[in-house]
Amino acid sequence: MRPVGTRRAVLLAAVVALVLWAGTARPGAQGQVETLRVQGQVHLLAGAGGNVTALVGPQGVLLVDAGSQGATEPLLAALRTITPLPIHFLINTSADPDHVGGNAAISQAGRPMPGWNGAGVSGAPVFAHENVQRRMSAPGPGDPGFEAPFWPTSTFFTGKHTLHFNDEPIELLWQQAAHSDADLMIFFRRSDVISAGDIVNMESFPVIDLARGGSIQGELDALNRIIDIAIPRMNQMDGTRIIPGHGRLCNEADVVEYRDMVTVIRDRVQTLLAQGKTLEEVQASRPAYEYEPVYGAEQGAWTTRMFVEAVYRSLEGEDARSRAAR
Amino acid sequence: MSTRYRAGACALALGAAMLLPAAPASAQFDFSGEWVTPRAVIYGRTLSQQFEDGPDRADGPEMGDYTGLPLNEFGRRKADAWSASVLAQPERQGNPHPAQYSMRGGGGPNLRITKVIDPVTSAWTGLRMDGFYNGGNRTIWLDGRPHPGQYAEHLWSGFSTGVWQGHMLKVTTTHMKLGFLRRNGVPSSSRTTMTEYFVRHGTYLTVITILEDPDYLEDYFVRDVTLRWAPELVVGPPSIVDPSDELGDKPLGWVPHNPPGTRHTEFAERFGLPFEATRGGAETVYPEYQKTLAELIARDKAARSRQAQEPAR
Repeated sequence: MRPVGTRRAVLLAAVVALVLWAGTARPGAQGQVETLRVQGQVHLLAGAGGNVTALVGPQGVLLVDAGSQGATEPLLAALRTITPLPIHFLINTSADPDHVGGNAAISQAGRPMPGWNGAGVSGAPVFAHENVQRRMSAPGPGDPGFEAPFWPTSTFFTGKHTLHFNDEPIELLWQQAAHSDADLMIFFRRSDVISAGDIVNMESFPVIDLARGGSIQGELDALNRIIDIAIPRMNQMDGTRIIPGHGRLCNEADVVEYRDMVTVIRDRVQTLLAQGKTLEEVQASRPAYEYEPVYGAEQGAWTTRMFVEAVYRSLEGEDARSRAAR
Repeated sequence: MSTRYRAGACALALGAAMLLPAAPASAQFDFSGEWVTPRAVIYGRTLSQQFEDGPDRADGPEMGDYTGLPLNEFGRRKADAWSASVLAQPERQGNPHPAQYSMRGGGGPNLRITKVIDPVTSAWTGLRMDGFYNGGNRTIWLDGRPHPGQYAEHLWSGFSTGVWQGHMLKVTTTHMKLGFLRRNGVPSSSRTTMTEYFVRHGTYLTVITILEDPDYLEDYFVRDVTLRWAPELVVGPPSIVDPSDELGDKPLGWVPHNPPGTRHTEFAERFGLPFEATRGGAETVYPEYQKTLAELIARDKAARSRQAQEPAR
């Protein structure tokens, strides 16, 4: 029998480390924020924590994610190099501090769109799945959470919510239990861009936040959903662009490589789990070996070992649920 | 001198040697036109077989053939795990060849090189290269523009800039997608930097390619190709692949791969090579490896001989 208490403690420590790390303005977050025109009306602002997506048009600005708390000033300065128009909407892709830390300041820097039915809201309304609200307002043990000014102001619990802004149909697609249980992918249908949040992370293995409802199968479902939506212009070139939660801009071909990598590692861990291998034995086999130079880390908030453990625990949980159902 | 730098030094020396015989007065040279890989001509009959890199240009190499590739252990393991069935995924069927590979792959290439001229100033700003497999066409910018930043998208063609060194063009390419060095799963990471030297000798164009891959190589990967001027060549538009369902009942997200520990021994067995010699690595790139190879072959031969002499049990 494995020590459940130890396992919980490790997971808790991982969450706390993640929260502390993500909430801290990292090098670059306080400094230069890089702006990149993606396509259509969509821009990428990078270097303020998690990637920030900006939809910029004649009606004003819609932002996807708000970066880290300490990075609002350079983020807004970078946005002002693109447009002087006001921020009218902010959407959170998850409750991670490097995506919601700037909520209060960004919202207050904007204002509701004229005619917007948001009684009592002075700043730009903040959209998110209700699980973001839950995670921020009633955090789990060891998670400091956020004060009320940071919370979303408009949440939903259904699989999809839509907006229309700047002549752009926008889909807010909830992806259950992927990186967490609060993930949204934002699909800008006219500009043909998906803002994927931390479902795609070009700088590391995907963060499967088990303590916040994430799962390896949900992560793969989310990646496959992106691939299902994306259409390349020709021969896997151009077409739908995907903005990851961290790192460089992608198109479908990059997400296919990422999905394949996650699938291969999942399959290996699943095989070992079926053979009755312990976590230590799985770690010793290094199931992510050839991907380590690209996505791995031995130190920091999300190491290769943490990723492998999350995959193992997630599959172990699925296995237990499956057995209980029988 | 460490082996890591010997390949680069050799390539530079080769490039310099090629430059010397016909040093021009001008600092730029015209590569525009159609170019094709030279085919073997025997008794006046042109064969379809190219002089060089046959497995890359035509059928593709065999699984497990990493000979002469300076792969590190990460690259070797990634190649071992690769299954060709992955190419049946609809979302991969149209992939162009990546820039790390396209110059010596894809049935050619049959290239059309054209000058990119600024329509307002008439300044020569770049060279456009068309004809690569599935449209992985490239532009080499000559106007001094910087490479994109770390958040810019990576492309099959990468992002290339060129500077003239006499009449030799030095091209630096970054921002390539995760690609391959051989069509048997040998990877080339998206952090690879590719340096090329383009040299024209009359009706021939030689391109020397040097890859530095911090993820999957332990030494420089160096190749050269020679193209023949072919004004008769018509380079058509790239094929537009219409992905079809080749997977039957396989759902979206099906990813075939070989399990860890897979040994691709067929290539070694077919050509009578020691398995170790097919695994690549920096030392296998250099001529000195012939001595090691001879020792490995002798070892295997002795082992087979011993086995033959042992009484059957």
